[in-house]
Amino acid sequence: MILVEALGWLVDPANWQGPDGLLVRLGEHLWFTVRVVLIAAVIAVPLGLWVGHSGRGGVTLVGAANAMRALPTLGLVTFLFLLSPSTPVLVTIAGLVVLAVPPILAGAYAGVQSVDGRVTDAAIGMGMTGWQRLWQAEVPGSLPLLVGGVRNAALQVVATVTVAAYVGVGGLGEPLLVGLAINEYPQVAAVALVTAVLAVAVDTVLAVVQRLVVPNGLRLAASAAGAT
Amino acid sequence: MIEFRAVTKCFDGGTVAVDELDLVAQDGEITVFVGPSGCGKTTSLRMVNRMIDPSSGVVAVDGQDVASRPAAELRRGIGYVIQQAGLFPHRSVLDNVATVPRLTGSTRRAARRRAAELLETVGLDPALADRYPAQLSGGQQQRVGVARALAADPPILLMDEPFSAVDPVVRDGLQDELLRLQDELDKTILFVTHDIDEAIRLGDAVAVLRVGGILAQYDPPQRLLAEPADDFVAEFVGKDRGYRGLSFVDSDALPVHDLPLVRLGDQPPCDGWLLAVDAGGRPRGWLEPDSGGGAVTEERLRAGGSLHRSGSPMRGALDAALSSPSGLGVVVDDGGAVVGAVVAEEVLAALRERRPGAA
Amino acid sequence: MLGGIGLYLSSPTNREKVLGLLGEHVYLAILPLLIGLAVALPLGALARRGALLRTGTVQASSVLYTVPSLALFVVMPGILGTSITSPANVVVSLAVYTTALLVRPVVDALDAVPGHVVAAAIAMGYRPARRFVAVELPLAVPVLAAGVRVASVSNISLVSVGALIGIGGLGELFTEGFQLRYPAPIVIGILLTLVLALVVDLLLVGLRRLATPWAHAGVGS
Repeated sequence: MILVEALGWLVDPANWQGPDGLLVRLGEHLWFTVRVVLIAAVIAVPLGLWVGHSGRGGVTLVGAANAMRALPTLGLVTFLFLLSPSTPVLVTIAGLVVLAVPPILAGAYAGVQSVDGRVTDAAIGMGMTGWQRLWQAEVPGSLPLLVGGVRNAALQVVATVTVAAYVGVGGLGEPLLVGLAINEYPQVAAVALVTAVLAVAVDTVLAVVQRLVVPNGLRLAASAAGAT
Repeated sequence: MIEFRAVTKCFDGGTVAVDELDLVAQDGEITVFVGPSGCGKTTSLRMVNRMIDPSSGVVAVDGQDVASRPAAELRRGIGYVIQQAGLFPHRSVLDNVATVPRLTGSTRRAARRRAAELLETVGLDPALADRYPAQLSGGQQQRVGVARALAADPPILLMDEPFSAVDPVVRDGLQDELLRLQDELDKTILFVTHDIDEAIRLGDAVAVLRVGGILAQYDPPQRLLAEPADDFVAEFVGKDRGYRGLSFVDSDALPVHDLPLVRLGDQPPCDGWLLAVDAGGRPRGWLEPDSGGGAVTEERLRAGGSLHRSGSPMRGALDAALSSPSGLGVVVDDGGAVVGAVVAEEVLAALRERRPGAA
Repeated sequence: MLGGIGLYLSSPTNREKVLGLLGEHVYLAILPLLIGLAVALPLGALARRGALLRTGTVQASSVLYTVPSLALFVVMPGILGTSITSPANVVVSLAVYTTALLVRPVVDALDAVPGHVVAAAIAMGYRPARRFVAVELPLAVPVLAAGVRVASVSNISLVSVGALIGIGGLGELFTEGFQLRYPAPIVIGILLTLVLALVVDLLLVGLRRLATPWAHAGVGS
């Protein structure tokens, strides 16, 4: 039974310890994820907020984001690796940032767009400047969708770091691909299971964050709207 | 004939929407359910075509319990018109109207032919047939909704606030149109509204419901205005009910006086209020007393009040007199030409005459 | 760079291989899309029957979507009993993703059908199955189409991950280029993936327009 053998592999402490152990791989995996998501957010959040706020270039932005989504990360990372074989970690991060930018961009843009037009109208009517409007009305209102975009990006990155291991940068993909190469199926299944659990865990944590950052008033408004 | 026999509807959670409703809607009449929101009027309506089933009691059409008939088949024989018309946005106007005939097995060609006739019946330009609903005005959409409900020639029409989403002018037109159609078609119509004016205007009989689905009064509209059963009905019928009641009083006995007229372009024949008329005898406006000589032109006129069409109810006569700058209510014939004048005092006198015990 | 691509494609063997991989890629991406849509439609319709069913279905599908694609590809043989190199692993995995991705749009799309239109259909005597096909489904197309477009891009991009287990359509050009330290096939693979995603997207937009003539008829006078 594959599952039993996989579990057997998992409960063997030898597989968790040492420089090639799962714990080290798990750490690498998360460290990649954190860096990639942060860099992508630094690029995509201001851009998405600004385009949503100014209302200019929205169609171009959505189109570009969709085209980026179609880029296969495995192709991108292998290509960048061949361009610069001496910096595998850097090219992996670059390739994964391309993956993480579109969802964050879409989330920030859609977030600003989702702010009730009457609210922005009222903000203009009260005499707020563009910046005041952005910070006091649009950003708080856009947080749920914005953080949703970050959550989506993190999820994709966690899943895809596994694939990037192909160019030899570690992470949970390493033992998985090694297992495939040597036909060690229980190990493959075991690591696959760990990546799945990790992905669900990261998503759950970010789901909690998403709940926490929603301003109270908005949460009340949403539940009131849902109740009717 | 639609009968409600001790019909009660409780929703999950214990809300009583309709409470022991007993009522008979007669064939060929418009029966209106009116009341505030939460009075169960729509729920009552929907129990007729089994969109909602009663918790207890029986809804019967022509003596037969509707629960004994398969829902889909029952519904195909009952026309249904709702607010915003409920038109299918993905089908052309013609195909919307052809829906029920298609469901009941007509060929596409026959259904469309029937639909085209109906568009004409409800007063829609045949050129609109190939449009989609989104390309029509609210009033036009509502007419399509009526046409669609009539398509299978059902003896019964259920109308759930059909005109409440259109503006007042269009609503007036649609109400007139419904009354005209009803003269022609003689359907049994159940009509739900929250608007007491609409209820009084359209209803042969009006059921006033109160919150909790209790029938407060079920009477012809003039009776509702004259003798509200309790404070709730009196309040609901509103402050103007004495005035509104005049809609049901004929004005045949009201004396019509001659009226000093002047044709546009002529010299005023005398001082005092003069009604200026055009070449066809239609009223154009009033010339004030002592406004000097010279030919009468439009610019010198004051706008007139409302017009009272000869033979229409007393309400129009009183309004014409009250709204006229001269105090003389202008009476016109069906062609719009001036017939004469009525005065408010005589309207009141005529009403006094009608009271029991008047000499 | 362009020279390298030209050189690679000047070999008839390579051209034939690229075309073959492109065909495999289309098959591996589109078949799961169709299967996923066929499963998600009834599932989404069912999910709307009750609040508990709805949250249950939507949450289950989002957890399912969380599972990394490579993990699903390699676990699939253990579930299906197929060999690790069988294309069925990729097709079934992507069908699962498509379903997970589409359940929510299906629910949203059906929710977006105006209540008064559905009420009118019930009142006119439509039975549920016919009502779903003739009224609710056509009106759900605009919202649904957006979900299908996302799923198609996602599938086309994910197929190449399959190259790591030897069934990856154009993704096999990436592993080949990496092993030979030769960028041309990788660039060809990336470009063809992009073009494929674009063409399928345009096709879907065209299909949506065909299916919803009413949604863009101009507002006449």
